Amino acid sequence: MTTVLANTWTFTLKELRSFFNSAVAYVILTLFLFITGWFFASNLFLVNQADLRDIFGAIIPLIFLFFVPAITMRLIAEEKKTGTIELLVTLPVRDVEIVLGKYLASLILLAAALALTFAYPLTISILGDPDTGGLVGGYFGLLLMGAAYLAIGLFTSGLTPNQIIAFITGFVIIFVLYMLDKIIMVFPSAIASVLEYVSVGYHLDNLARGVIDSRDVLYYFSLIGLFLFLAVRTLESRKWR
Amino acid sequence: MIEVKNLTKDYGTTRAIENVSFTVPTGQIMGFLGPNGAGKTTTMKIITGFMPPTEGQVLIDSLDAIDHSLEVRRKIGYLPENTPLYTDMDVVGYLTFVQRLRGIPQSEHSVRTRRMIELCGLGEVLKKDIGELSKGYRQRVGVAQAMIHDPEILILDEPTVGLDPNQIVEIRDLIKELGRAKTLILCTHILPEVDATCDRVLIVNRGKIVADGTPASLRAAASGHDRLTVEIKGPSDQIRSALEGLPGAARVARGDGADAEPLGAGCSRFVVESASGHDLRETVFAMVRDRQWILLEMHHEATRLEDVFRQLTVGADAQAAAGSTS
Repeated sequence: MTTVLANTWTFTLKELRSFFNSAVAYVILTLFLFITGWFFASNLFLVNQADLRDIFGAIIPLIFLFFVPAITMRLIAEEKKTGTIELLVTLPVRDVEIVLGKYLASLILLAAALALTFAYPLTISILGDPDTGGLVGGYFGLLLMGAAYLAIGLFTSGLTPNQIIAFITGFVIIFVLYMLDKIIMVFPSAIASVLEYVSVGYHLDNLARGVIDSRDVLYYFSLIGLFLFLAVRTLESRKWR
Repeated sequence: MIEVKNLTKDYGTTRAIENVSFTVPTGQIMGFLGPNGAGKTTTMKIITGFMPPTEGQVLIDSLDAIDHSLEVRRKIGYLPENTPLYTDMDVVGYLTFVQRLRGIPQSEHSVRTRRMIELCGLGEVLKKDIGELSKGYRQRVGVAQAMIHDPEILILDEPTVGLDPNQIVEIRDLIKELGRAKTLILCTHILPEVDATCDRVLIVNRGKIVADGTPASLRAAASGHDRLTVEIKGPSDQIRSALEGLPGAARVARGDGADAEPLGAGCSRFVVESASGHDLRETVFAMVRDRQWILLEMHHEATRLEDVFRQLTVGADAQAAAGSTS
């Protein structure tokens, strides 16, 4: 067990280093802050309300739609393209360690992006009296949603040696999950409630209200688990006969 | 020890290798030879556990490469074809990364890294990103990462491709040096490399093993014989019949082909093919001396591994091509 953790962490450090050695991390963090900052500042005095409902409920989920597959698209696809995957999987490490290590690195980058936005709630709490429960729940929900998207992106990165294909397939899967609760009015109510439960937005809204319900948490954890499992399978696919 | 038993690998409907079996005992350097696309790399990928065979089994020190994958991977050092490396890591960083994943204790890292740097001549590029290195240095980094854990088994897939002649000699010396204590498979299609380094040669063609032996025994077994080119001043007809009469001369032909050097007046050139095992040089010299002719030139050419290789691969290909077009 300790070797599993040690190997996973070795991969995490390696990927983090390559995020920060290349422009990837800086572009992601800068753009993320710029876009969220823009929407935060431009509306703040206009609406005159001490909450981040727009940022949490609409802006960040929208940004994640594009940013998350961009973070993950390189992770496995590039190894397949350059052939380094062959060196990697012939080392005495388990496939699951490779996947978890890479996943953890992308999760840390995403968490860093979210952490940088703490400036907004801090500003608000100086100006007014925001609902702390909503803020905590909102961040928690965004982190879980982002984590689920990352797992999806990592899976699609493992499907192909082509990063663009990895990005687009990842985006499409995430987009479908994102859109589900926004188009349910055209479906009969029986199907609609199922679609609503499957959609990521519905669970995020619940959490952002400040209610941390185990059903919502479980939903995100199942998404993460499912797609990480599938990502491991993509590494194993070389062994299929 | 590496035992490969009846390996067959299909990619879709294409059969890459078929029923390949061989054993490499500890301490042997085995050259794995074949034209491009013969199945060398496929075989290496199966031995290293990168992918499983369609049929057959690989045993490393009697451990099954699939059932005991982790243990087997610990014993092997592998340099894949084209030397894939992380271009955004520096040399020391990369070697440390590999050592961590190989479970080498932290305290040994710097010692082992230093030894590899010395052995592979990486001293000048320690802090450089691998992406900035020349092909030769990259190749050396590839060899270094394969050996850093001091593996019992080393598998190098075309380690000298793209190197300049000096670097080739260096890598070859390195391989020879290493091979003394390890089981080593060297995959290549460069024949002088095999001649220079290997104890044993395995030639594959179209997924099948077509020859197995020491470089010398393969040469001896080949149907091509030693050729002796002689230029003698004297009566042409007499020389010819005298040469044909020599014991051990299998065939005598005139050697003045289109690309031959022009002959002096009264001289003739012959190519004598000897039956295997005969060295005709002394007898030819004695004959010329006895007849009081003048020997102007004598050139002996042993069967080269290239000839063996061409015979085994091109010949078979021609047959197969003839078969498939009909």
